[in-house]
Amino acid sequence: MLRKLLIGTALASGVAFAAHAEDVKEVQMLHWWTSGGEAAALNVLKQDLAKEGFAWKDVPVAGGGGDAAMTALKAMVAAGNYPTASQMLGYTVLDYAAAGVMGDLTETAIKEGWDKSVPAALQKFSVYDGKWVAAPVNVHSVNWLWINKAVMDKIGGTEPKTFDDFIALLDKAKAAGVIPLALGGQNWQEATMFDSVVLSTGGPEFYKKAFNDLDEESLKSDTMKKSFDNLAKLVTYVDPNFSGRDWNLATAMVIKGDALVQVMGDWAKGEFNAAKKVPGTDFLCYRFPGTDGSVVYNSDMFGMFNVPEDRKAAQIALATATLSKSFQSAFNVVKGSVPARTDVPDTDFDACGKKGMADLKAANEGGTLFGSLAQGYGAPPAVANAYKDVVSKFVHGQIKTSDEAVTQLVSAIEDAK
Amino acid sequence: MSTVAETSITLTPEHDARPGASVRSRLQDALPKLVLAPSFAASVVFVYGFILWTIYLSFTNSKTFPSYAITGPRAYQRLWRWTFESDPPSSWYTSITNMGIFGFLYISICLALGLFLAILLDQKIRGEGMLRPIYLYPMALSFIVTGVAWKWFLDPGLGLEQTLHQWGWTSFHFDWIKNKDFVIYTVVIAGVWQASGFIMAMFLAGLRGIDGEIMKAAQIDGATTFQLYRRIVIPLLRPIFLSALIVLAHLAIKSYDLVVALTSGGPGGSAWLPSNFMYEYTFKRNEMAVGSASAVIMLMTITAIIVPYLYSELREKPR
Repeated sequence: MLRKLLIGTALASGVAFAAHAEDVKEVQMLHWWTSGGEAAALNVLKQDLAKEGFAWKDVPVAGGGGDAAMTALKAMVAAGNYPTASQMLGYTVLDYAAAGVMGDLTETAIKEGWDKSVPAALQKFSVYDGKWVAAPVNVHSVNWLWINKAVMDKIGGTEPKTFDDFIALLDKAKAAGVIPLALGGQNWQEATMFDSVVLSTGGPEFYKKAFNDLDEESLKSDTMKKSFDNLAKLVTYVDPNFSGRDWNLATAMVIKGDALVQVMGDWAKGEFNAAKKVPGTDFLCYRFPGTDGSVVYNSDMFGMFNVPEDRKAAQIALATATLSKSFQSAFNVVKGSVPARTDVPDTDFDACGKKGMADLKAANEGGTLFGSLAQGYGAPPAVANAYKDVVSKFVHGQIKTSDEAVTQLVSAIEDAK
Repeated sequence: MSTVAETSITLTPEHDARPGASVRSRLQDALPKLVLAPSFAASVVFVYGFILWTIYLSFTNSKTFPSYAITGPRAYQRLWRWTFESDPPSSWYTSITNMGIFGFLYISICLALGLFLAILLDQKIRGEGMLRPIYLYPMALSFIVTGVAWKWFLDPGLGLEQTLHQWGWTSFHFDWIKNKDFVIYTVVIAGVWQASGFIMAMFLAGLRGIDGEIMKAAQIDGATTFQLYRRIVIPLLRPIFLSALIVLAHLAIKSYDLVVALTSGGPGGSAWLPSNFMYEYTFKRNEMAVGSASAVIMLMTITAIIVPYLYSELREKPR
């Protein structure tokens, strides 16, 4: 019985090996872009690769979300069964690179001129130890306001330039009987908004010191306390039912005109697009007041694994196609983000996309392009999640004062380092 | 294994005459063990093996990936410190207090409600065949479905509160699911709704198994209905209590998905249970050592509760 089982296993694995040897013209891809617009955007890449004769194979992930995919990836890598590439975020790439399982794309990168066209801040995550290990797909930025134009016109508001302007605008909305601020009370959304608040309150230098360098003096400074106070002010403008709401439902509140504004990354634009809303006529996109000129970003990357020689050609084709100007433009128009290289023409993008691209270029040249701590581009996941805990507990009242919040923030980050 | 096979052969000498039959009978004797062996091996490796591995990992400095160098009980020290951080509550403090509240209320309400419903259904009422599955079917749903359904029902903007407001009762107010101090009780509500029907079915089976003669004898002796249940029926149901308790205890401890679907962690993480803590730290925060240590503490807690109970229950049935 046992022998039969063994023979069966051997046969099965033999078949599997044989299959691997033949399938060199195939890209095995782990990702969680399965919903409407994202899937359509990814289809562009599939077709580009099909033209070159490479088949596309999704690695199935039970559950669908990014967390499930990362758990699946961990298991695959632990078993030595690497996919060609996987959608990855920030520090995950570096963790896997440190574990020595990532491939090396440096040759292709030099040939394609990635080191010149991809912003330096992004290369911190796509280059490890001098070697290119990942192909950035896009750049999202989180310091945006999304405003319903009809509501804005009704209350007679104008673009807020400072934090105080913003509060005045929210007051107007409140007086007009609209929910001023649409917020989803989940920790990452609250922390994403707080990223912008800190950048607005303390300025670019302060943001970098506190949230990228994790400088303790900055973290416990009065400026950080003021930031928490400002966050507390903003939270007074949300509706009582905000806790636990998903981000896209909050966006829907703005789309429908139930709420005036949402502070959210530019993936929110995908929701406006899906609802057939046009920037400038139906909705407005402004930088979070007081953060114009700086970009707080996160980015989706395709991490490239150290696959056997016979699969490398497919991997290089995937990476080249991913960073090709045509795909960068086509994908990001749909996704709402901006291209990961700064030399892509902006002709196909809408007004918000054009502004996003110009801002990214300026921020890259001016040194004001910073990783978002809430989105895991400011510090490793342990620290980022400790930060989200503190912000969320402050928003929901477990932490009662900004003094206490700052103390908690310092100790939580110290603990998680 | 071999002694059993051999004795059976010596006891039945006619097998010796036909060697073929002897092999067959040996095989027949060994068959149950052979069939059980794979699942036995699987549980040794995948349950006990991984328990040991988790204990080992909790003493290392594992982050994203396991690392195998022992670095001491730092993870436990951190958990121990977090155990007493109540203001503002640390995530671990929230998790274990929630586990206490949820575990106690969930198990006791399910037992009480299940027993009560079973006793009512046992009164030879009409339509029992229809009522029983109505109570039982929630158990057929997964925790995710239960969680999402109750999430919508309890959401003040969508469900109960909104509906009652539309019907004109505008002062009605029920926002526990959005309230950091009460959100754990909504998890209890959803959990009880799901499991109490199943517990009822278990008690009902137990009630049907009680000998009618005993009941009659008690009634002849002049016992009131209350006394009858208090002194006779409930003590006779003791084995059912044991089974129900074990089923409920493990449901309570693994109700990770209910918390996620119902509350997505609650406002500021206020609905976390230790299982949420474990998953969050191991897989999202890349602090595998802390996650493992919390898993070990969960295991020790369960062991501390279940083992003495099992011991006392099983010891009373001597052979």
